[in-house]
Amino acid sequence: MTHSPGIFFEGQASISGAPLFARLRLEITAGAWTCLLGGSGVGKSTILRLIAGLETGASFDGAITASDGQDVQSRVAYMAQDDLLLPWATAAENVALGARLRGQSPDTDRETRLLDRSGLSEHAEKRKDQLSGGQRQRVALARTLMEDKPIILLDEPFSALDAKTRSEMHELAAELLPGRTVLMVTHDPAEAARLGHSIAILAPGGMEHFDPPSSEIPRPLDAIETLQCQADLMRTLREPAA
Amino acid sequence: MPGGPDANAKGTCGLKLLPPIAALAFALLIWQAVVSFTGVERFILPGPGLVAQTWWENRAVIWEHTLITAAEVLIGLAIGTALGIVTAIQLAASRFSRILVQPVLVFTQALPVFALAPILTLWFGFGLWSKIVMAVLIIYFPVASSFLDGLLRTPAGYLDLARTMQASPARVLWHIRIPAALPSLASGLRLAAVYAPIGAVIGEWVGASKGLGYLMLLANGRVKTDLMFAAMLTLGVFTVLLHLAIGYLSRRIGRHSL
Repeated sequence: MTHSPGIFFEGQASISGAPLFARLRLEITAGAWTCLLGGSGVGKSTILRLIAGLETGASFDGAITASDGQDVQSRVAYMAQDDLLLPWATAAENVALGARLRGQSPDTDRETRLLDRSGLSEHAEKRKDQLSGGQRQRVALARTLMEDKPIILLDEPFSALDAKTRSEMHELAAELLPGRTVLMVTHDPAEAARLGHSIAILAPGGMEHFDPPSSEIPRPLDAIETLQCQADLMRTLREPAA
Repeated sequence: MPGGPDANAKGTCGLKLLPPIAALAFALLIWQAVVSFTGVERFILPGPGLVAQTWWENRAVIWEHTLITAAEVLIGLAIGTALGIVTAIQLAASRFSRILVQPVLVFTQALPVFALAPILTLWFGFGLWSKIVMAVLIIYFPVASSFLDGLLRTPAGYLDLARTMQASPARVLWHIRIPAALPSLASGLRLAAVYAPIGAVIGEWVGASKGLGYLMLLANGRVKTDLMFAAMLTLGVFTVLLHLAIGYLSRRIGRHSL
């Protein structure tokens, strides 16, 4: 993996003339986790998809640049709420999907190592329908890491999981993604409080930056500062738009 | 419990067969009753017993003609499926081809393919080929259109993922869109299995010296209605078996698909 750049996002988006969000600015710190928090329909996934270069259905007026001045889209790995595992392929084949789609031969050592670190060694030959929800998201995470990209874009990746599995996935993701520039879109204040080196809240009124505790991530679930941060985030989310 | 649903499915297999068998038995009963109570002439409507007897007495002849029809159907099915698959992939890969070819494809379906049978006989002769072409023409569209439909409906999330992985369109087609569309292809093939025998038999009606369609026409002309029925029921059983076989194959192919 090459050096992880920071990302600057500035602009406005509209859908068929109706504004989705007004001009806003988001700075994603190099080599750290940025959590983008907000309710449904405020455009947080749109921001992530614009950075990834994916279809959004919105017209965007603005700029997305990397701190090192190089291209952003070719350096991202993407993970969504849906695990997007191909049901006809094994877990191992899904992890190596990117290489196959580029016509390269997958790095099998790395694949084995990642499956192992994600706790999937025994499940490598299983297909999607033989895996639990948590295992599927682990495969998706291993697939994202297999891409070995400096920028990781996570679109509510854990929101469909039960509370226990979700907290385990937070720890695994934080352990496996050090040093990368991560943008995670979420609607869960607890998730942002645990994982965000920096937190931005997108509300209909605009973008608000929030200072999380300065401790290392993943922050303990029961630490008073994590819980306080979560409560503060919740309060901010509930504030009526200015 | 692992394997629970499978074990259960096996147990209910016999039960599943019961209703169609009962329905069939009931239909035969009604048929026999109509024949017995109305005293209708055997050349107008032979009873099921007589048809069974005729079938048994003529089994060698029927078998010979069945082989011919089966060959026409299976070759037609293979060629029509191959052409349908190639067309669907070609159209899925290029928007330009879709704009150009799709209306033509739909228009050909508006033409009564049956009306082409005489001209096909003129072009391809009285042998197998005019029937094979007829079967191909009939199944080509359902196979091509259902597969194309599947290829154009790849879940958007897969395509997003592929895009962030910098995949080439050809590889996305091969690794994602085609496997994801196999269930749609399977439903097209199941339709084709039912249509192909119709095509072959229509071809035989227009001009042939062999095949179940020919035998039906011949028996009808000689007022051997019992033989006509025997040939027709043989065709029906063949079609059902073909449909079941294709269904089984499709399920095996599509087991791990969407």
